[in-house]
Amino acid sequence: MITEAIIRPEPICGMETWFPIPAEILETRKENMNTYTYKIRLVDATLRKQYRWAPGQFNMLYVPGIGEAAISISSDSEDPEILEHTIRIVGSVTRAIENMGPGSIIGLRGPFGRGWPLDKIEGRDVVLVAGGIGLAPLRPMVYWLLKHRERYGRVILLFGCRSPDDQLFIDELEQWTQERKIDCLVTVDNATPGWVGPVGVVTDLLQRIRLNADNSTIMVCGPRMLNRAAAWSFLKLHIPEEQVYVSLERNMNCGFGRCGHCQYGSQFVCKDGPVFCFNEIADIFGKEEI
Amino acid sequence: MTKITIDHNTKAILDKKDFARLIKILQEQGYTVIGPHIVDDVVSLRPIDSVKDLPIGYEDEQEKGEYSVKKVDCQSYFQYVVGQDNPRRYFMPPSQRLMSFHVDKKQFVIDQGPPQAPKLAFLGLRACDLASIQIQDRVVGYGVESTFRCESDTYYGETRRQSILIAVNCTRPGNTCFCSSMNTGPKAKENFDIALTELRQSFIVEVGSEKGKKLAQKLPLKEASESDLELAELKLQNAAKHMGRQMETEQVRKLLNNTIEDSHWDKVADKCLSCGNCTMVCPTCFCCTVTDSTDITGTKISRTKEWESCFTHQFSYASGGPQRNTIKGRYRQWMRHKLCTWWDQFGSSGCVGCGRCITWCPVGIDITEEVETLRQSNKSLLNSNNLQEVTT
Ligand SMILES: Cc1cc2nc3c(=O)[nH]c(=O)nc-3n(C[C@H](O)[C@H](O)[C@H](O)COP(=O)(O)OP(=O)(O)OC[C@H]3O[C@@H](n4cnc5c(N)ncnc54)[C@H](O)[C@@H]3O)c2cc1C
Ligand code: SF4
Ligand code: SF4
Ligand code: FES
Repeated sequence: MITEAIIRPEPICGMETWFPIPAEILETRKENMNTYTYKIRLVDATLRKQYRWAPGQFNMLYVPGIGEAAISISSDSEDPEILEHTIRIVGSVTRAIENMGPGSIIGLRGPFGRGWPLDKIEGRDVVLVAGGIGLAPLRPMVYWLLKHRERYGRVILLFGCRSPDDQLFIDELEQWTQERKIDCLVTVDNATPGWVGPVGVVTDLLQRIRLNADNSTIMVCGPRMLNRAAAWSFLKLHIPEEQVYVSLERNMNCGFGRCGHCQYGSQFVCKDGPVFCFNEIADIFGKEEI
Repeated sequence: MTKITIDHNTKAILDKKDFARLIKILQEQGYTVIGPHIVDDVVSLRPIDSVKDLPIGYEDEQEKGEYSVKKVDCQSYFQYVVGQDNPRRYFMPPSQRLMSFHVDKKQFVIDQGPPQAPKLAFLGLRACDLASIQIQDRVVGYGVESTFRCESDTYYGETRRQSILIAVNCTRPGNTCFCSSMNTGPKAKENFDIALTELRQSFIVEVGSEKGKKLAQKLPLKEASESDLELAELKLQNAAKHMGRQMETEQVRKLLNNTIEDSHWDKVADKCLSCGNCTMVCPTCFCCTVTDSTDITGTKISRTKEWESCFTHQFSYASGGPQRNTIKGRYRQWMRHKLCTWWDQFGSSGCVGCGRCITWCPVGIDITEEVETLRQSNKSLLNSNNLQEVTT
């Protein structure tokens, strides 16, 4: 049984709301030019044991003196004592994290948000569509599906990135492809010498797969344009709106529906999302500046 | 003086000459009294010491983009309406240091913890203010048991619990007020401990809660006569008929859900300066940002929460740039939020009709006019059935 407590565990914070708790960086791994995966562990052993999270949820990671950023948890949700965060270096907080190594202390609040619809996919085919860093919040989903493989139909992962050098989790992609427990397809916008895989945007990969429109659930996470293109492509293939899920990115400051920054129409992306069923946002999804 | 029994919903008379007692009693009970007080030529909501601090005999004039107060001859205590201050200023202060700490080995060591919640007595809140407090209660989940600790607002909750709300019914609505359209005023209906209606020589005191009852029992109250009550009622009915503004709220959500791409937003955007004044004066705006700062050595760190405005660039910055890059997008977000998406989020309108955003907009943008213009140009839309129902 997938209960509410599994999908939405209680978040942790310091002595007050908006106070992060310390976590130690154990290990860092370079994924590509500007993306790293950080293995971290809560300093407090009691909290570490209490802490639970679900695929698709995120933490507010904190660098003391700099600030916080919303970062998805990219590891295995059934191993919650060690967390991984895969971070693309873009701005003030992520740059500060880039300068940290094993032994450094960062802060954390979370887990926040509603993740992927674990409770609604039993027995179904699952198609995961990721663009660039969007693979980070989908990796826990891959782990989950692999661990409970017998509960699901076909599992397909479609991953698109700019170039072969921009891939994430290269070893795992390789392993997932080899093991053949899931169908794993990677495409790049721009090939470099030695690339033998497909070239083009991730939605082009749809031509290479056969979907069972009546029994598939789609989970998309990528940049805005990819989210739109992917969602619309699947709808065109007669996947019903209520089987298409998209994870959205917005500016976030609190993570729990108080600061207002992440609003998207009536939705607070931090607490009502970041994962939305297409039919929840259908009327605003194609509009600008919402 | 005959002693009268004070109970819930009791209405009694407090003579003006005894009004000072009210403030005194509140002070004796350890309250800081927050009331109307003229600061920089504006009736503001500030700590007051005595009756003398009230703008007695003053009246305000408000129009879009205009505000003034002047002394008139009368001895009225509350012949003005709301100024730019609003009650949220005290429950969620404009800028508040949440904590300071330093990192020691693997711990965050707190040097200064969260701020102490004050014990406040609000004197002279208007019906729209009371409604705005109820709206903020829903925003922060005040009184909701199931809230996760990490998502609760202790400061708000404590301040709210400790405060006492003494309202004044409006007998002279302002020129930018439209509370009767929003069904929040001019008479205080709920969420007050005591409500006052000003007559010539006295106030009608209405008890609204247990806390209010305890306070009222300490006051030198007298039985209210039939004619006093009738007069007060008449004044309030009259006030409701003389609102400076009106807003047609029927189908307003439908209207705003179906006009997202209307060209009218471009016209508002041509005027709007994106200054954010409307968001700063609005009693229901709740957006905020927590930022870090450090001392000069970089070791002592403070986290500070400040009011934020959806009219700023940084409000919506994400990897692809600001989500709302144009003034059109930002104004539309603000207005749709107040009147439309608020319903989905919190089950009520986000506008209480206080008119502050109209008065304090430097270019005189008027939310009631904007709704009306949209409505007029989309009449056919509203009549058709082929519409987005009341959803996002
Ligand atoms: C639910 C969720 C999950 C996420 N998961 C991940 C994840 O797993 N991995 C990951 O790498 N990212 C993730 N993100 C994205 C991440 O939160 C953002 O990239 C975040 O902004 C990084 O914080 P920062 O302080 O480093 O960047 P910021 O300093 O906030 O900068 C962010 C972007 O905005 C621009 N910017 C900001 N302010 C200004 C300004 N005033 N003028 C001009 N440009 C400006 C910056 O140049 C940059 O491109 C997630 C976001 C969300 C909402
Ligand atoms: S939107 Fe304007 S009129 Fe409505 S509550 Fe806010 S400030 Fe008052
Ligand atoms: S509507 Fe008026 S007050 Fe609000 S941001 Fe625009 S110019 Fe400023
Ligand atoms: S991040 Fe603060 S409301 Fe969503």
